[in-house]
Amino acid sequence: MSYTIEGETGLWEVVIGMEVHAQVISRAKLFSGAATDFGGDPNTQVSFVDAAFPGMLPVINRECVAQAIRTGLGLNAHINVVSRFDRKNYFYADLPAGYQISQYQHPIVGSGTIEIELADCSTKPIGVTRLHVEQDAGKSLHDQHPTKSYIDLNRAGVALMEIVSEPDLRSPEEAGAYLRKLRTILRYLGTCDGNMEEGSMRADVNVSVRKHGEPFRTRCEVKNVNSVRFVMQAIEAEARRQIQVWESGGIVEQETRLFDAGRGATRSMRTKEDAHDYRYFPDPDLLPLVLDEAWIEELKATLPELPDAKRRRFMEQYGLPAYDAGVLVAEQATAEFYETVAKGRDAKLAANWVMGDFFAALNRTGRTIETSPVSAASLGKLLDLMADGTINGRIAKEVFEAMVDTGDEPAIIVEKKGLRQVTDAGAIDEAVDKVLAANAEKVAQYKSGKERLFGFFVGQVMKAMAGKGNPALVNEALRRKLS
Amino acid sequence: MSLTDLSLAAAREGLRRGDFTARELTEAHLTAIEALNPRLNAYVTVMADRALDQADAADAARSRGEDRPLLGLPLAIKDLFCTEGVRTTAASRILGPFVPPYESTVTANLLRDGAVFLGKANLDEFAMGSSNITSAFGPVENPWKRQGDPATVLVPGGSSGGSGAGVAARLALGATGTDTGGSIRQPASFCGIAGIKPTYGRCSRWGIVAFASSLDQAGPMARTVQDCAILLRSMAGHDPKDSTSIDRPVPDYEAACRRSVKGLRIGVPREYRAEGMPAEIERLWEQGLAWLRDAGAEIIEVSLPHTKYGLAAYYIVAPAEASSNLARYDGVRFGLRVEGEDLRDMYERTRAEGFGAEVRRRILIGTYVLSAGYYDAYYLRAQKVRALILRDFTEAFARVDALLTPTAPSAAFAQGEKMDDPVKMYLNDIFTVPASLAGVPGMSVPAGLDGDGLPLGLQVLGRPFDEETVFAVAAAIERAAGFEALPSLRAGA
Repeated sequence: MSYTIEGETGLWEVVIGMEVHAQVISRAKLFSGAATDFGGDPNTQVSFVDAAFPGMLPVINRECVAQAIRTGLGLNAHINVVSRFDRKNYFYADLPAGYQISQYQHPIVGSGTIEIELADCSTKPIGVTRLHVEQDAGKSLHDQHPTKSYIDLNRAGVALMEIVSEPDLRSPEEAGAYLRKLRTILRYLGTCDGNMEEGSMRADVNVSVRKHGEPFRTRCEVKNVNSVRFVMQAIEAEARRQIQVWESGGIVEQETRLFDAGRGATRSMRTKEDAHDYRYFPDPDLLPLVLDEAWIEELKATLPELPDAKRRRFMEQYGLPAYDAGVLVAEQATAEFYETVAKGRDAKLAANWVMGDFFAALNRTGRTIETSPVSAASLGKLLDLMADGTINGRIAKEVFEAMVDTGDEPAIIVEKKGLRQVTDAGAIDEAVDKVLAANAEKVAQYKSGKERLFGFFVGQVMKAMAGKGNPALVNEALRRKLS
Repeated sequence: MSLTDLSLAAAREGLRRGDFTARELTEAHLTAIEALNPRLNAYVTVMADRALDQADAADAARSRGEDRPLLGLPLAIKDLFCTEGVRTTAASRILGPFVPPYESTVTANLLRDGAVFLGKANLDEFAMGSSNITSAFGPVENPWKRQGDPATVLVPGGSSGGSGAGVAARLALGATGTDTGGSIRQPASFCGIAGIKPTYGRCSRWGIVAFASSLDQAGPMARTVQDCAILLRSMAGHDPKDSTSIDRPVPDYEAACRRSVKGLRIGVPREYRAEGMPAEIERLWEQGLAWLRDAGAEIIEVSLPHTKYGLAAYYIVAPAEASSNLARYDGVRFGLRVEGEDLRDMYERTRAEGFGAEVRRRILIGTYVLSAGYYDAYYLRAQKVRALILRDFTEAFARVDALLTPTAPSAAFAQGEKMDDPVKMYLNDIFTVPASLAGVPGMSVPAGLDGDGLPLGLQVLGRPFDEETVFAVAAAIERAAGFEALPSLRAGA
């Protein structure tokens, strides 16, 4: 059953389209040579072009164009060999020229597709309408002075890609999956860091509701929602608001709204009446952008393996279930880490360790895969110690925790702590005898048919051996002595 | 002969021969400026100390054996070119005390070649005008007078009116101008000097205060065709900082002035026979054609059928671009700021106080033609007309090597005339605008006088990037015309 919201008059379907602004990873801005580093002191990364001084002219940054093409290719989209820059005119203090250079009628990338994965491991293709390149604005700081606003132009002129989806999304979950998938693709491509908190990826969400089988009703745009979770909350809140309006006999007006995360509701920002007239027209300072086909091919040839392809490969090559493969490819660094661990080893066991103990350790220590105290090579060696019988699985967990704490190699920890598995039959027999002698009553119960007690005996023996007994030998000895 | 009467080419030779120094040449011009500029108002800013320093540097360089194309030659710079460390106003209050921290590419090229900058020349505010009336620093007086009427003040044309008047009155050997719809050619015609708007993309626009980006083009103004050729060679060239600048070698324009026009096919566009054009302009045009025919050129009538839509298209495209280009003058970062109650109020007060009436009018027109619901009817249609006008020229240039037309439909008019009706003023640009829309080069060369003794120019239009043929034809007319009349107000007069 697809996602619906129950209103007083029945079930409502939610229709969602996304406009994502993704800041392009590039050393310089879209039309100037100024740096793009995040977090510089205010107004330290501003050229005269960015500040729109008289007589200054934009010159397109080739690397930003390459990034847009890579992204288009990564979205399986059509690359438009000829595109054009337009001016979007409006006045604001953090928009120095009084216009934003954008692509209105002729974007660099046409239609494409993003395949999203849902919780039940099914996939759904979401249409991408277009991707265009444009300049970011500066930042207005209203909280620095009681009566004045401060302007920081460091961000002014940084390249953005606006990625517009078709209204193909039908639930907050799908919208979340879309954003996460898009972010994954962008990060794989190295075209945007996808960091929503720092604002390098921002989402505007178009939401409407309808009864099943109806054409689209009026949509509202919810602006600048800065996390996947908030996007999902905003969609539900906005859909419920619209249902309430329709059901109380009202009409949803097309407008721009803001999501108030504190209140968990959207509020009106501007209505259609006071919408800007942006007076778009082709920027006469820039020639049409004409791409060389050979260059596009060159960029295509150097694209990394993308998440969908990698996920399919992980399923085939390593025999992983779809879920595991999906989790492991979500970040390129994770996939790389996994492949290092899995190489020449039990791939499923490697997946379990990476997704289980390793992720848990990162969470617990607040580290990332890049700053992890345990390297993929070390984790691989730990798996080797299990495979060759040096330690058993239970001890492996103890060794792993010590690796997290100390960063030491597993073999060193095993030696230092004396955790080597005991395979000496005499020692195991001795431990078994002691346990059976101390639990004569339970031995009698076992022998009269309470076979579940076998596990209890195993546990007691392992405990007596400080966990180091070889599980197979312990089992064998117990079975022998209890029979 | 006074130093200020020399042509740029003659002054160059004099400096090379050591007849005089760059300092003497510069001082002579500064003295003339001191005497005449209070009346003519050709300069907004005089850079006397800086000019003398540059002249001394030029003399020192020459004494070391250096020679550069413009070493020690004093020029006027239209105050639309940003000059590093020197106030740049665009003749507008809104730029206030703006001092650019950078030098425009064109002026940097001139400095590279050794030029001396005497000062910043007056112009119509943001280069919007055909009479230099709209300058926030007051109008410029044309140094020419109607015969027997020394009292009436005539306009120098515009927008490069300060450049035109300054060069005509011998307050500079040459000047930079910019031409968006005729702003070099029309004032050259009104002031009895030569001026060329090169092909769009020939000179970099970087560092020139923008009016209409798809039309703006820098060019030289000087008293002879050869002087213009010398200056253009230094000004022109590819600039990676201007995406519309073209990467082609800069030819020797001076050599082109000596080329014969024998065997050239000269087109006469029949649509340029404007209704109500004074008979003496018509006659001068015929005379120009006769001179060229006598010099061995073949005269061919051609048609530019969309000419009549040029002015209307121009007065949509140029204001549309201007309305966007001038949005940056908002009081936030530089220039004039008039404080207000909030951001919007500050914008409104700053722009209302900072912009003059003509600039405000064009911003309003431009905003209107780009508005939702009007864009297709105005801007888009004007762009279509523009494409047709370019096609007209392309087809004509398949048959002819150059075109000859009058530069303007009248000689210089008096201050106050044509001021009541902006459309009448816009009609001044009727012959110059089509070449601007098409981006082709056009040059005005002084060819004769009207009945009042005022100079009239003829316009030579050429194929894109064929300034050489334009120079050759203009030089042939100049030789045949033997134009030797002098303005009544001039240095040493």
